[in-house]
Amino acid sequence: MAKLKSFGDLETLKKSITGKRDPKKSVIAICNGTGCQAYGCKSVTAAFQDEVKKQNLADKVDVMPIGCPGFCERGTLVMVRPQGIFYQRVRPKDVPEVVAAIGKNSVVDRLLFTDRQTGAKVTHESDVPFYKKQRRLIIGNNGLIDSTSIDDYLAIGGYNALAKALKMKPEQIIDEVKKSGLRGRGGAGFPTGSKWETTRNAHDEVKYIIANADEGDPGAFMDRALVEGNPHSVLEGMIIGAYAIGSHQGYMYIRNEYPLAVKNMRTAIQMAEEYGLLGKNILGTGFDFTLKIQRGGGAFICGESTALMASLEGKVGEPRAKYVHTSEQGLWGKPTNLNNVETWANVPIIINNGAAWYSQIGTKGSKGTKIFSLVGNITNTGLVEVPMGTTLKEIVFDIGGGIPKGRKFKAVQTGGPSGGVIPESMLDMPVDYDELTKAGSMMGSGGMIVMDDKTCMVDMARYYTEFLEGESCGKCLPCREGLRHMKAILTGITEGRGKKEDIALLEEICATLGDAALCQLGASAPNPVISTIRHFRAEYEAHINEHKCPAGVCKIGAAAVK
Amino acid sequence: MADKKQKEVVKQVLQKHQHDKALLVDVLQDIQAEIGYLPKEVLVETSKGLGVPVSRVYSVATFFKAFSLTPRGRNLINVCMGTACHVRGSVKVLEQIEKELKIKAGETTPDLKYTLETVNCVGSCALGPMVIVGEDYHGEMTPEKVVSVLANYK
Repeated sequence: MAKLKSFGDLETLKKSITGKRDPKKSVIAICNGTGCQAYGCKSVTAAFQDEVKKQNLADKVDVMPIGCPGFCERGTLVMVRPQGIFYQRVRPKDVPEVVAAIGKNSVVDRLLFTDRQTGAKVTHESDVPFYKKQRRLIIGNNGLIDSTSIDDYLAIGGYNALAKALKMKPEQIIDEVKKSGLRGRGGAGFPTGSKWETTRNAHDEVKYIIANADEGDPGAFMDRALVEGNPHSVLEGMIIGAYAIGSHQGYMYIRNEYPLAVKNMRTAIQMAEEYGLLGKNILGTGFDFTLKIQRGGGAFICGESTALMASLEGKVGEPRAKYVHTSEQGLWGKPTNLNNVETWANVPIIINNGAAWYSQIGTKGSKGTKIFSLVGNITNTGLVEVPMGTTLKEIVFDIGGGIPKGRKFKAVQTGGPSGGVIPESMLDMPVDYDELTKAGSMMGSGGMIVMDDKTCMVDMARYYTEFLEGESCGKCLPCREGLRHMKAILTGITEGRGKKEDIALLEEICATLGDAALCQLGASAPNPVISTIRHFRAEYEAHINEHKCPAGVCKIGAAAVK
Repeated sequence: MADKKQKEVVKQVLQKHQHDKALLVDVLQDIQAEIGYLPKEVLVETSKGLGVPVSRVYSVATFFKAFSLTPRGRNLINVCMGTACHVRGSVKVLEQIEKELKIKAGETTPDLKYTLETVNCVGSCALGPMVIVGEDYHGEMTPEKVVSVLANYK
């Protein structure tokens, strides 16, 4: 493939791609995300490829492996387009029937989704209750493209935003991103446009940009789904950002636990390079930008900006104090702009539609949509994209389908291991950065872990503290020692050795840790403990005073009771 | 002294990464993928090849969870201990495997058949508890089911 040398070349290429596609041809789209791989989607895909040939439908039907459309609970997911038919829990043995139905223009009833409330079968993807209340600006495209094909991305309007942005002045782009109100999707929620501006204005010739795909929060996998399912959207956002900031070298730091994400992103970069959308003189504008992938080593702390940069420099991933921001002195001491994967994926949408359009979505302080991963004791596990300001109740009950096995909702943990729990009384809370912080939790990267009444909150606090203790890098004392002691106290309580003064002692350590830790891992580590004490103090007291675990989780031995 | 084969692996990996010091983590990952673990001699070779102190290579190799300085089993078992798997009972699954293989998490069976590790979330939360053996993902594991899954790996 010849490199694209101008905006005109890009247009011509797009026309030739869409021209070659037959709109009458049906497409069987099969989820090939990591979630569905556990269901055996690879053999389902292979079965479809064979069966289409066997039934002589190759000129009428295409088979397309797609990225994660989000509804992991019902995998392997199969969509038939343009009819819009949605099949769930598809296994290889179901394939001949599905293919035959396409030939006959009919539907395989038994593979359709059943609406729990009405008991009716739902034929179309858009009518499935899980999708109905969502607004899938970002993750929606996962279902439309084969993530290993740049042509698929171009066919749905990909790289239009890049062409538009390269015709703008860098300052104009930054202004647009500022006006859009986009805030960082990785945790802290810092305004993206201002961050870009600081790096752009920093006095140095060499500047770097980084995409943080070290998605370490257990139970959060929206970044994995984006990098696997639509890597070009992240790339496009990064190239636009690099141009706006004045950077010519970027890095993508991907978690090693996501092998498919690494593979798909490698392919995407290679294809973008072949088309001249990455590399020297992009689209003939004279702008150069190259991007390298680096894999993480399995350390949660490397999601922290300074630890991530240390790791990129080939050092141990330990954070440093941020007297000087990384946007002024980051990687190799140069101004560095780090954004989360989902933040980057928002950029093309803002450039394409304009800040005025984008800022209509969401709440006063939090604009746009956010992808949440809804996991734990929930009927519909999966990825959910909703406008900021959607209430927890809508997410957990209307989209998530509530709690399975007839159990009761107890709490939802947001913000990952260093977020906090939110009890039932606060379910009507609109979810955005500020409301979550007010409630003693945080947005984090968007994990939502739903817990039912069989979950012990003291055990959860112990679990998170143990996780963070293991992941603490050990550089600063408050985090290293504080978490160790908190874990010992919490373990004691869950094993029936709790003392009356334990709660007060925990609160004291938490306060010190919050004040004195070097980085945000330590400073936010008390959240799960503080929030469980705040909302579920009675449960702590039952463990300590009565040697009882109300949820029946902790094994409080008979010896302890005596 | 590193044996010839190991030296050759180090040489090739370093060439692939153009002796870039910044890629130390990637370099070690590629070497481990070839050899299975990171013997002391390999760390020394890497240090020489990249021109960074052995202490730095050692600190990186011991800091990150992905690296092992001891030989690992033919089948790497990863039990997901992420939150979603935790609330669905992954602890019991891990305990069952530990009982079955008579090793603790982080250890290798004496016959080098299995290495047991834990991982914090692989992002397949809908199917928790997850157990990953090699490159195969096994979802909805229970203490009973996991025994028969392991029997398939020789």
